[in-house]
Amino acid sequence: MAVRNLLQAIHDALEEEMRADETVMILGEDVGRAGGVFRVTEGLQEEFGPDRALDTPLAESLIVGSAIGLSVNGMRPVAEIQFADFIPPAFDQIVSEAARFYYRSNGAWNVPITIRAPYGVVPGGALYHSQSVEAYFCNTPGLKVVAPTFPKEAKGLLKSAIRDPNPVLFFEHKRCYRLLKEDVPEEDYTVPIGEAKIHREGEDITVVAYGLVLHTALEVAKKLSGEHGIEAEVVEPLTLYPLDRETILDSARKTGKFLAISEANITGSVTAEMAALVAREAFEWLDAPVMRLGAPDIPAAAFARPMMDAFVPDAALIESAMLELARY
Amino acid sequence: MYRAMLLARRTDERMWILNRQGRAAFVISCQGHEAAQVGAAYNLRPGYDYLYPYYRDFAMTTVLGQSARDHLLSLLGKKEDPNSAGRQMPGHFSSRELRIVTASAPVGVQYPQAVGSALAFRLRGEDGVVLVSGGEGSTSEGDWHEAMNFAGVRKLPVVFLVQNNAYAISVPEELQVAGSIAKRAEGYGFPGVAVDGNDVLAVYEVAKEAFGRARRGEGPTLIEAKTYRLTAHSSDDDDRRYREREEIEEWRQKDPILRFERYLFEVGLLDEEKKEEISAQIKAEIDEAVEYAEAAPFAGPEEALERVYAEA
Repeated sequence: MAVRNLLQAIHDALEEEMRADETVMILGEDVGRAGGVFRVTEGLQEEFGPDRALDTPLAESLIVGSAIGLSVNGMRPVAEIQFADFIPPAFDQIVSEAARFYYRSNGAWNVPITIRAPYGVVPGGALYHSQSVEAYFCNTPGLKVVAPTFPKEAKGLLKSAIRDPNPVLFFEHKRCYRLLKEDVPEEDYTVPIGEAKIHREGEDITVVAYGLVLHTALEVAKKLSGEHGIEAEVVEPLTLYPLDRETILDSARKTGKFLAISEANITGSVTAEMAALVAREAFEWLDAPVMRLGAPDIPAAAFARPMMDAFVPDAALIESAMLELARY
Repeated sequence: MYRAMLLARRTDERMWILNRQGRAAFVISCQGHEAAQVGAAYNLRPGYDYLYPYYRDFAMTTVLGQSARDHLLSLLGKKEDPNSAGRQMPGHFSSRELRIVTASAPVGVQYPQAVGSALAFRLRGEDGVVLVSGGEGSTSEGDWHEAMNFAGVRKLPVVFLVQNNAYAISVPEELQVAGSIAKRAEGYGFPGVAVDGNDVLAVYEVAKEAFGRARRGEGPTLIEAKTYRLTAHSSDDDDRRYREREEIEEWRQKDPILRFERYLFEVGLLDEEKKEEISAQIKAEIDEAVEYAEAAPFAGPEEALERVYAEA
């Protein structure tokens, strides 16, 4: 075991996969010589050379489009979009192309690419360095969308993403990069795509969350247990599309009270799908209305701190929602 | 070459007849482009080099080995359609064996993908070449410029073929293209060549040079083949709203197939008898293809739910 943070765990997964399989390569703006704007890919160009750790022109559609072409000609590319906010120019290549190659060719051409995209609110990030854009892609059959929060799952999930024969979007919350360290296995392991993880068992309420707000939810759950004896079950979806419906529903049926949290704009977000699922499939087990927390429907987090703080559901808001649900 | 051009033309014409008879829902045509497509595609090594076609590249896929039957199965959306088993409209070509990469309807998306495949050849030190094709309308897209730039930066083994047929659906070249397409290549650091796209041998020659450069590791080439679209954009488009009949008639005089035929007669490679024989063979092939495709089954509705994700 090695103690690693999220950023290091992602780096390790890339390094190990590149060592194990010479078709694995990374490409993107700044990923090579500079080692990535967050240093995720640091050292990879030194070890694997400028072709397998490839600096591209600043052109997102090209980055994803050329990754598609690399993959159909035998490579396993990991493309980086430096911030998720800049993914829209690549949207067509991801949604109309990568996601549909397999279906539209009746199974002849598949696209084994991984697209890494740092997302989420970070101080100073403002409108164009803080967005949570995952919902745009969670309505697209043919894509897989994962968003791990902790180092251990991130490493195993990135390996699964690289080995998966389909296009996988891999979202990394920037503020979680250095938030926490944990023991991460050094031997080869994978975490399966499509399976949620129960971080904390509980009987009273179910809370599903990912990213920064998952950390907050876990802290609040601990506090409520100590102060009120309320035991929250905290579930991390890990894969946002397709969702692990069974784990989410099992938990909702067990506790009868369901809260889903993300920091994405609330309308049409991934939590809306979870809420609809639980309302339809666990209705007779519910003892309270399904609840959700998310960002208000404004474009993104603002630059100035007070406005930024108002964007992401904080501990106080999450605590009051969990208490309200528990007491319902 | 002559046979491929003629087979593509006659099959295309039959498709329009089937459409006008209400037997085919949609046709998109290669008529007028046969010389540009056949001349370029003759340089591909089928099953090794990659082709990223666009929806008019019917004659290219014919050169690579797709038959009239394949095209009719696709036209009618039958299960045996090799491109998509009836999932896509006609004109969205695909064949893993022939390395024709699956195509879609959005314009220009194929260019970044093509340079990616060219980069893969380069990374492995292989001499494969990627041919990517589109109309002049696609040069208005950002994807085209992004791909041209990257191909130039990395000197990738890719041949860009722009079939300039003077119209992007209804918008004419003068409202679509600033300056010269071929000359734009210079700005990206590699050669651009304008060629008479109705002269199959001229296209073959410049494409041969471009493929040679690519295989020798000398980088990309842009070929602008100037030609004309003899039909409307598609069977759902009424081109009387935006172009004069006289203009089409003028271009019909420059028909690439008639022109090549005249040449073959002049040099003694073709005579009336041989011409009749080829025509009869092609007609029989198309008749058989129509009959076969009309009788062929559709995929069942349950198959619409399958093959969304590849299995490991």
